[in-house]
Amino acid sequence: MTVRKPYVRPMTEWWRRNPFFVRYMLRELTAPFVAVYAVILLIGLVSLSRGEAAYNVWLSALTHPASIVLHWLLLVTITYHAVTLWKVIPKTMPPVKLGGRALPENAITVCGCLATLVVSIVIFLLVGHL
Amino acid sequence: MAETRTIEMEVLRYHPERDAAPRFQSYQVPFTPDMSVLQGLQYIKDHLDGSVTFRWSCRMAVCGSCGHMVNGVPQLSCHTFLRDYFPAKVRVEPLNHFPILRDLAIDQTDFLKKLESIKPYIIPAEDKPVESGEFLQTPAQLDRYYQFSQCINCLLCYAACPQYGLNSEFIGPGAMALLHRYNADSRDAGRAERMPLVNEEEGVWSCTLVGYCSEVCPKGVNPANAVNQNKVNSALDYFFRFLMPKGGKR
Repeated sequence: MTVRKPYVRPMTEWWRRNPFFVRYMLRELTAPFVAVYAVILLIGLVSLSRGEAAYNVWLSALTHPASIVLHWLLLVTITYHAVTLWKVIPKTMPPVKLGGRALPENAITVCGCLATLVVSIVIFLLVGHL
Repeated sequence: MAETRTIEMEVLRYHPERDAAPRFQSYQVPFTPDMSVLQGLQYIKDHLDGSVTFRWSCRMAVCGSCGHMVNGVPQLSCHTFLRDYFPAKVRVEPLNHFPILRDLAIDQTDFLKKLESIKPYIIPAEDKPVESGEFLQTPAQLDRYYQFSQCINCLLCYAACPQYGLNSEFIGPGAMALLHRYNADSRDAGRAERMPLVNEEEGVWSCTLVGYCSEVCPKGVNPANAVNQNKVNSALDYFFRFLMPKGGKR
């Protein structure tokens, strides 16, 4: 009988082996950007509670060129995060039944992305008119 | 007579008594358009090199024995065709994340232990003698678990799961899909026995929703869905203990 000597292959740079894993790692990498934007909004909320002067300081800080660059970066990363998250969302929930048939995963992804887009546009218009 | 062409097949070779590490070996394999990667391997074994070791059985994507990495993607090699890779070469490796026993044969012991641990059988609420007739089930009840019952234990999902590769303590997509198959069955009452496995760190919580397991599944089981539905079940299981008298214990 042959001697058993199982060989275990290393996992080094596993995420570079498959484009699917690269896209997954990018999704995970964009998560901190979502947190950064949440903190920016939270600071805005806190400064609003501290009165008009504090709120105006926050508003003027947002117009700084560095802030504009940061916000473009946030827009790109959060868009990628939103789209890729909607792609995996159908895998996290029980099947959605419509007329006895399960809704295809793509339909849920497309609806989610559209909802994100519509809500973003509505908020953009609301804020733009204020 | 179908046209015969020749494709280069690279096969990962590992002999536990002679090799310190695996190496690739190349073969020139004549093939017809109807030949699968498995048939290419069989040609090598029959005509070129009888020492190449690999598992196979049914040749029709039912038994789940011939899973290999084909050009880096977990595939049933009987379900993958040489014509789709020609004129490039095709590289066949053992399934990722499992110890290699020899050439393309991997050690499945870890999965088999996990499969046993989830109690992959119906645990009825009370023993029912055969004479009292069958358990009845509506089509809607069948629908709740049917997809998960299609698993053929081929282990492609484990080869697709980097979290299992990084930590083999993780119960993994396949075993969790089968656990869910029994928990979701209306005839089964074994949920309380299986939930401790779900709740562990190495249960559903080691999953980071890469989602590749569901992409590679040849039977449409969607194991990522089973794992992630059970994250909700596990959270409910945790919080319900505060609401139930005696922490939900009977």
